[in-house]
Amino acid sequence: MAEQVLAADGTPLKASLNRALRRQKMRALVLILPLLLFILATFIYPIGQMLFRSVENGIVSETIPRTVVALDDWDTQENDLPPAPVFDALAKDLAVAVELKEHTRLGSRLNYELSGISSLFRKTGRRVDDIGEIYTDQLVALDPAWEDPATWVTLMADPDWITAQAAWDGEGDEPAFVMSASAIDLLPQTADIYADFARVIQSEDNDSPTDEEPWHIVSLALYQDLIASPSVDIPGPLAGLVSTAAAAAPSFETEDVIATLTEVDDDWQNPEVWETIYTYSPAYTNGYFLNAIDLQKTTDGVEWQPENEQVYLTLFLRTMIMSMTITISCILLGYPVAWMLANLPARKANLLMILVLLPFWTSLLVRTSAWKVLLQNQGVINDLLVWVGFVADDNRLALINNATGTVIAMTHILLPFMILPLYSVMQTIPISYLRAAKSLGATNWTAFWRVYFPQSIPGIGAGSILVFILSIGYYITPEIVGGTKGVFISNRIAYHISSSLNWGLAAALGAILLAIVLALYWAYDRIVGIDNVKLGG
Amino acid sequence: MTLTKALMATSALTLAGSTAFADGHMADEMTIVSWGGAYSASQQAAYHDPYSENTGVTIINDESSNEAVAKLRAMNEAGNITWDVVDVVASDAIRLCDEGLALEIDADEQLAPGDDGSSASDDFGDLLVSDCFIPQIVYSTTAGYRTDLVGDTPPTSICAFFDLEAYPGMRSLEKRPINNMEWALLCDGVAKEDVYDVLETEEGQAQAFAKLDTIKDSVVWWSAGADTPQLLADGEVVMGTTYNGRLFSLIEEQDQPVAMLWDAQVFDLDGWIIPAGLSPEREARALDYIYFATDTQRLADQAKYISYGPARASSAPLVGQHATLGIDMAPHMPTDPANATNTFLYNYEWWADYRDDLDAKFQSWLAQ
Repeated sequence: MAEQVLAADGTPLKASLNRALRRQKMRALVLILPLLLFILATFIYPIGQMLFRSVENGIVSETIPRTVVALDDWDTQENDLPPAPVFDALAKDLAVAVELKEHTRLGSRLNYELSGISSLFRKTGRRVDDIGEIYTDQLVALDPAWEDPATWVTLMADPDWITAQAAWDGEGDEPAFVMSASAIDLLPQTADIYADFARVIQSEDNDSPTDEEPWHIVSLALYQDLIASPSVDIPGPLAGLVSTAAAAAPSFETEDVIATLTEVDDDWQNPEVWETIYTYSPAYTNGYFLNAIDLQKTTDGVEWQPENEQVYLTLFLRTMIMSMTITISCILLGYPVAWMLANLPARKANLLMILVLLPFWTSLLVRTSAWKVLLQNQGVINDLLVWVGFVADDNRLALINNATGTVIAMTHILLPFMILPLYSVMQTIPISYLRAAKSLGATNWTAFWRVYFPQSIPGIGAGSILVFILSIGYYITPEIVGGTKGVFISNRIAYHISSSLNWGLAAALGAILLAIVLALYWAYDRIVGIDNVKLGG
Repeated sequence: MTLTKALMATSALTLAGSTAFADGHMADEMTIVSWGGAYSASQQAAYHDPYSENTGVTIINDESSNEAVAKLRAMNEAGNITWDVVDVVASDAIRLCDEGLALEIDADEQLAPGDDGSSASDDFGDLLVSDCFIPQIVYSTTAGYRTDLVGDTPPTSICAFFDLEAYPGMRSLEKRPINNMEWALLCDGVAKEDVYDVLETEEGQAQAFAKLDTIKDSVVWWSAGADTPQLLADGEVVMGTTYNGRLFSLIEEQDQPVAMLWDAQVFDLDGWIIPAGLSPEREARALDYIYFATDTQRLADQAKYISYGPARASSAPLVGQHATLGIDMAPHMPTDPANATNTFLYNYEWWADYRDDLDAKFQSWLAQ
């Protein structure tokens, strides 16, 4: 057995080497750390957060939690309306949401799935604070003490909170409201909604439950509790008040919440509305992704969107095809230019290089608008063609506001991204190879095709990846010159980000686009090999 | 580099993040967001300059109104509002107010009374379409045509857009369903008051698309307000729709052979909102600005620079002449009785509901 080799300090050489390597790695890491943190914080994190929106759907269960729980028991296959408790739960949820101004946002969210929900929520929101008023009136008629916020606080608040609140000097925030355990136990529904009431009053209105009469919906909950347990026995000074109310409750005039809601808008009688709420109640959804590929989520499973609403698959396909076309045009136009640059004397080549780079220093918008002037019907190119006599004056070429316009303008804009990698690869190919081939009897074409071209492929690969990936994400140029047939999927993403505000769908579309790019990149790596890509010599 | 397009999708978010560092500004500086171009210039002259002169406040202009809702939402989520006053159209104001992103205003308490003694709420009247919205101008989306390309019978009706025989050539329409669907139905024989009822049904939507189908190949779709004036000036289109102020500057300031076609013009409102959640100091400054900039005289002043109607009834008699051209502005206002013989009322609430749905159908129709 060989003896272990030791380093100068007596430790085994292997360990010592490892330590040195590790130290080197650490030093390298520390050097790149600022950039890494910067990229994580400003690039990876926001992108991740945005992409997360494509599945995130917490808004439904956060805004109408009671309804979501109550809907759990609903059998959607019956094609019927949900049972009465669901309507009660919705009235309570909406009463809270209206105070928090959250109901319209939820309405907009659900409106993406079913038109009309937005105004349904808005209309209902305006009326929901009347629900339960009939019970408030009857309670007050029974005993005016029900009108006093203090009665409710005594009934609902934890005694310690009452003490703390009384001791509070009015500076800073009021102590956060605490429910009493006996109220939660004996009057569960009332406690549930009163807790929300107290929270909203304290956080939103900066007011105190001791000064505010509860919402009417709290009276409705109390009525329900009293009917459920008529012999309720509240400890403390209010026992008499509550038991009187409990005794009177069965003879109260009642309010049918279903009828009230239906009166506000008869859409509440539409099972489709409830099915939409039900389908989108989980905190995470694949609904956005389904919408992004022209599918929709229903209670019966996944279905195609109606044919007249399908648009995204067409756009994805078009984006791919047009990006390919642009890439190929860039290769065809860029290859000869790069060849020339690589084979001219350095001084002339540098001058030409400036011409290639010049467009880079011009604003993208200016370049695109210039193409508009050139390509339009009454534009320079058409005028020239008419003057030469190639086309008739009344039959000018449609070069803009269609796919042709997008391909022309984007090929021009992306051309430098093709020429530069091609040029740097071609510079490294010794011209003597061509001469050698010719001296061995090859024709010009054979020498180029068999000797020169294969060596320039890494440049084509690098240029193609750059151009293709840049072009599928473009949206300004297609928006300006693309008309309706020349726009990309990115134009829809921009629309959903800034106009329709359907960020979930925009994120899903973006995620799919990203996945397609990664898949193509992977395929390219398998077929051509990423090692063959060269951006420079 | 594979992530560039995803980065674009996050622009709204990163914007909110990057502006987080810019919040150090004091109350003697405020950021006002508007639409840019001739419109911002008119506000600069009528509101910003006199206000800065009176108070010493520096006003920073931001031209992001077309994506104000998205950006305000992003700022709200990031917890850092960098705008003080924002110019938005009424439908966006309603949306912002609904979501709690805009400050509610009590018109009579926080806005100047009219010069004629009327209260602010009477003076603005029905134009106070939302609790958060302070109306500024009435504009309209309307049409213009090339006088030299329509032959001897200039169009008098919006339905000329659908008449390819009498008026051959390209026309430009906005690349969205709003307004186009209504005009299509009007020109397909639907009565004005029934338009939204019809449009609510599948058949009605199909009817509107069928009508638009008849001219689909002759339409250039625009998305920026400056597109149609440019297309008209270049002779690319025979007729086109855009905002009336853009056509005014094309006709009167640039002297192009173009005429107004006011028929079935669609009124809309534009005005201010103050973002919710500003510090008390900045909020007070914003309210002070609003009080000044929406009084009777200031609104009338703006009409010197651009042909949009002031939102106050009391401003109308004060509307005078164009600041440089010296022509009377009143006949160029969308609200002028001669121009408003046939107007169409845009239904905010209806579009709030059906916008997503119809937009999907419209885009799909365009792509076919």
